[in-house]
Amino acid sequence: MPGSKERERTDGQGKSAVARAVKDPVSRRKFMALTGGSAAAAAFLAACGSDDGTTMATTTAKSAGDNETEQFGKGDLGIVNYALTLEYLEAAFYADVVKSALFKGAELKTIEKFGQEEAEHVEALTAAAKELGGKPAPEPKAEFPLESAKAVVELAGTVENLGAAAYLGQAANIQSPDVLAAALAIHTVEGRHAATLNTLLGEPITPDGAFAKPADAKTVLKSVEPFIVG
Amino acid sequence: MTQNELAHPELAGVSVDEGSEDLSRSEVILKGALAAGAVYGTFMVGPFVRKALAMSAGGDVDILNFALTLEYLETKFYEEAKTRAGAKGELKSLVDLIAKDEKQHVEALTATVKQLGGKPVAEPKFDFAYSDTAGFLKLAQTFEDTGVSAYNGAGPAIKSKDVLAAAGSIVQVEARHAAAIRLQNKEEPSPDAFDPSLDEAQVLKAVEPFIA
Repeated sequence: MPGSKERERTDGQGKSAVARAVKDPVSRRKFMALTGGSAAAAAFLAACGSDDGTTMATTTAKSAGDNETEQFGKGDLGIVNYALTLEYLEAAFYADVVKSALFKGAELKTIEKFGQEEAEHVEALTAAAKELGGKPAPEPKAEFPLESAKAVVELAGTVENLGAAAYLGQAANIQSPDVLAAALAIHTVEGRHAATLNTLLGEPITPDGAFAKPADAKTVLKSVEPFIVG
Repeated sequence: MTQNELAHPELAGVSVDEGSEDLSRSEVILKGALAAGAVYGTFMVGPFVRKALAMSAGGDVDILNFALTLEYLETKFYEEAKTRAGAKGELKSLVDLIAKDEKQHVEALTATVKQLGGKPVAEPKFDFAYSDTAGFLKLAQTFEDTGVSAYNGAGPAIKSKDVLAAAGSIVQVEARHAAAIRLQNKEEPSPDAFDPSLDEAQVLKAVEPFIA
């Protein structure tokens, strides 16, 4: 099945159950019959591929095809440095917002808290890059439009939803279980931030519905490009 | 949950044995979960010191069935809450939204277990003890935070990339629920920079009191 390479840490079982199920036409037919009526299942299962190439529009990252993170390093190091670059941007954004004096009280506290968490992500990912024997990505020089409180919250919402989607887009590409565990632990924090900002904005907390959608590195990097200067 | 079970929670355990040949591994473990502490602070040891996972050896199907059990719990909890939690206005909308999401998670996980050639676990009987909106919200926060930690803990043990990606798309939604419920509780939506992960035994211990 396309894009469904087993993750490398198999425990000796030759083939994954997914691979077996996909190769068994009987169970596949049964499965399709059983799930045919459920849109939710269909959306979710796009992740599990299809035997005939007529897969429902996929909601998950195709692990092949997205090698944009390689510009930051090979394999896990590239993914960690890609994430580090995004976290640098988020941390810088919140730091600028705090300095901007646009917020007071509870909102300021939330922004400070989120900013502090992003800074912790920067530290952890920096350590991870070193642990992987690589060089941590440098901090990009960034500038953010901070015209009004409303515009800032909107931008924060965009950035956090994108950040959550970025981690989701990489999860399946990560080889090291330790790096994966860390990425998952950060991913859900980005999801929490995103939902909080969506709530502040009066927008749905789960804009993609019951299954969050990933974003590939190319899309994410293009989205943050306008904020990177020099 | 029937009136009878609510009135006599002590009898409800019997019903778990109905069709006992179908009794899932998870349910068996649920009934006898071992004590284990929470692992907040895993990352304090070092960002990538991962908690050794005590996940079952049964592979992705077992992990999915484990997740399915949690999603059954959440679905039942929010379905009941529609008429039990006294939720109004914004909270009512939130309860409806979460109930819908959790139900879709159940459907998706059930279908995925079948696709992998496994047998979806049976839905356990649940018993949620709360008497007012505040009690509901407190439990909701526990369930959502536990759900996040359960998926995050299981993630590295998932073998199929596709199952991992799909589990990721669910856990992010659980995290979003958790944040929204925490805001309702006037608590930090994101208490830590790294969501803690829980292993299977720890999750089971957390939800065991609600399995009838």
